[in-house]
Amino acid sequence: MLDITALRAGIAEREILKGIDLNIKAGEVHAVMGPNGSGKSTLAQVLAGNPAYEVLGGSATFLGEELLELEPEIRAQKGVFLAFQYPVEIPGVTNAYFLRSAYNEIRKARGEEEVDPLDFLDIIEDRMKLVEMDSSMLNRSVNAGFSGGEKKRNEILQMAVLQPKLAILDETDSGLDIDALRIVAGGVNALRRPDNATIVVTHYQRLLNYIVPDFVHVLANGRIVRSGGKELALELEERGYDWLLDAA
Amino acid sequence: MTDAVLTHASDVATAEDAQLTAPHATREDRVDEYVSSFEDLDRGDEPLWIGAQRRGAIDSFAQLGFPTSKNEDWHFTSVSPLLERAYAPADPDSAALTADDIAPFIFEDGWQTLVFLNGHYVPRLSQPASGESVFVGPVSIALESDDTARLLERHVGGLAESHTHAFTALNAAFAGDGALVHVPPNTTTPQHIHLLFVSDDAAEGALVSPRNLIVLGHHAEATVMESYVSIGNANYFTNAVTEVYVADCARLRHYKIQRESTQAFHVGSWYVTQGRTCAYEAFSFAIGAELSRTNIATLLDGEGSHVSLDGLYLVNGDQTVDHQTSVIHAKESCTSHELYKGVMDGESHAVFNGKVYVRPEAQKTDGKQSNANLLLSDRARVDTKPQLEIYADDVKCTHGATVGPVDSTALFYLKSRGIGTEIALRLLTYAFAADVLEELTIPAVRDKLERLAFERFAVGA
Repeated sequence: MLDITALRAGIAEREILKGIDLNIKAGEVHAVMGPNGSGKSTLAQVLAGNPAYEVLGGSATFLGEELLELEPEIRAQKGVFLAFQYPVEIPGVTNAYFLRSAYNEIRKARGEEEVDPLDFLDIIEDRMKLVEMDSSMLNRSVNAGFSGGEKKRNEILQMAVLQPKLAILDETDSGLDIDALRIVAGGVNALRRPDNATIVVTHYQRLLNYIVPDFVHVLANGRIVRSGGKELALELEERGYDWLLDAA
Repeated sequence: MTDAVLTHASDVATAEDAQLTAPHATREDRVDEYVSSFEDLDRGDEPLWIGAQRRGAIDSFAQLGFPTSKNEDWHFTSVSPLLERAYAPADPDSAALTADDIAPFIFEDGWQTLVFLNGHYVPRLSQPASGESVFVGPVSIALESDDTARLLERHVGGLAESHTHAFTALNAAFAGDGALVHVPPNTTTPQHIHLLFVSDDAAEGALVSPRNLIVLGHHAEATVMESYVSIGNANYFTNAVTEVYVADCARLRHYKIQRESTQAFHVGSWYVTQGRTCAYEAFSFAIGAELSRTNIATLLDGEGSHVSLDGLYLVNGDQTVDHQTSVIHAKESCTSHELYKGVMDGESHAVFNGKVYVRPEAQKTDGKQSNANLLLSDRARVDTKPQLEIYADDVKCTHGATVGPVDSTALFYLKSRGIGTEIALRLLTYAFAADVLEELTIPAVRDKLERLAFERFAVGA
């Protein structure tokens, strides 16, 4: 589904990703772990197309198409979704309007009919149960005044509505208490299907107790220094990152 | 959306002093043309006091001339484009105007509308009210009955500053028909009032000078909307003045929608005086005209009163939009609240100049003023100058201004959800404007302005 080869990227003249190779197939969950500053979030942002980051080399083909040349909205329309580490507050735009706009834009891009507000309400009510969100959240401005947990649940709600083929969760566990973590992970698990894939970017192993990965990759200094199965995450939990950094 | 917060007048960006101005001779010639066309003005058999006011006003105008950039209030806005031709009052001819023509501008249930076309009252499309209490009708008819004629004589010219403001003088000299809204004490108008000033193709070259008067007695309540709209794309000049008297414990909501042709010029001046514990809530919505200027001046002349001055301007192309507000706190314990927001695209230019004076006797004043601007293009320009002058020691006053582009993080967030740049920018623009529209307490007005704001950048965003 996603084939990343020798990807290099940076921000403001500083190279952060120094050659990433990663292959992700449909139905798989990959965890990308690593210490602060290792480039985990950069990888997530670059895949989603954040213009603040510059691609310096390499490629990322998604379903046979070069992803890195596409505008962020085209990537989203083709099925890429990034759950933000810091979801953006947009006072003045209601969550309902935002979600429906996104849903319809993606449908339009796929040549499907747009849905009207009433039909959309049916669609979304179901998805909101998944992340245990109250329908009053729909009429609030996007993320404005949301608690940390509400913001992350709102990200998963968007994911549930947009049904991406590739979901990238960027530090979705940061700032969550155990209940919120359980809800968020439950939502992600419920959305897993044989034809979609998930990248879980995280610093801690904690989230991986709930979203069990097929593969774990350790990122350090802009490179993947170790890949393994889910047991690698447990080893990191026990030993920290230092032994890997030393080895690298 | 904010990359600069200006908290002192001295911090604001200054425009280049060398503005484009018409050659001096041309400017004076133009003044002379208006003065000589004044002699040809058809004044019918109007009362002597109006003639006297006109005469005094044209003399003031001849002395003042058109403002230049040396005039502090016109430092950022050049009137040169307005001086490219001389405008003169249009003939009354409203036969062709239909209800369908004005339907897009009308507020439906709960509103009564007075329609003026190119400066002339259109009775056929209007719903005046002249019962024993409330009067809502054209000045031309108000002059025909003793009570309302006396009311006009007592109030017209009482607030408007013809001696110092050239456009106000020009309005007083050429004043055409306008509206009188009189709400006696302890009365609430049964309907909201819509004064709809329409210009059509016959307005080409016209000077349209509405002169309105709003008088609220004590404990009276009303909502008055002034709309200035174009049908077609004529080049004309609206120069309107409204004088507003809000007596003790009264409440007036006073709104303006300016959506004139981008060939048109608009100067609209509101002069307001407020009594004790009353409320005056003004909103200015400006999207039209090549050059528009809105002046709002209020005097808080009684204790415990409130004024809110809010506005939203959305311009693009080579439009210029200019708002000048003045709040004078003359008595104790008044509150003033001011929020103006603007969105500029293309090569447009916005000016905001807000003054709050707190006189020595106005202790316990609470004043808040802010102006926020969103630039959608790097060729658009904003000059903003919130000013405070405080001569009392026990007051709470704040002011500030911001100018900035669209938040790139928010733009990326929307795009990452599949929303294309154009729609994302529209959403963010709308979101930027949304909170000032929240100040509007009549849902029909808020909905209409939300729609207009959203549509404003439908093309070319």
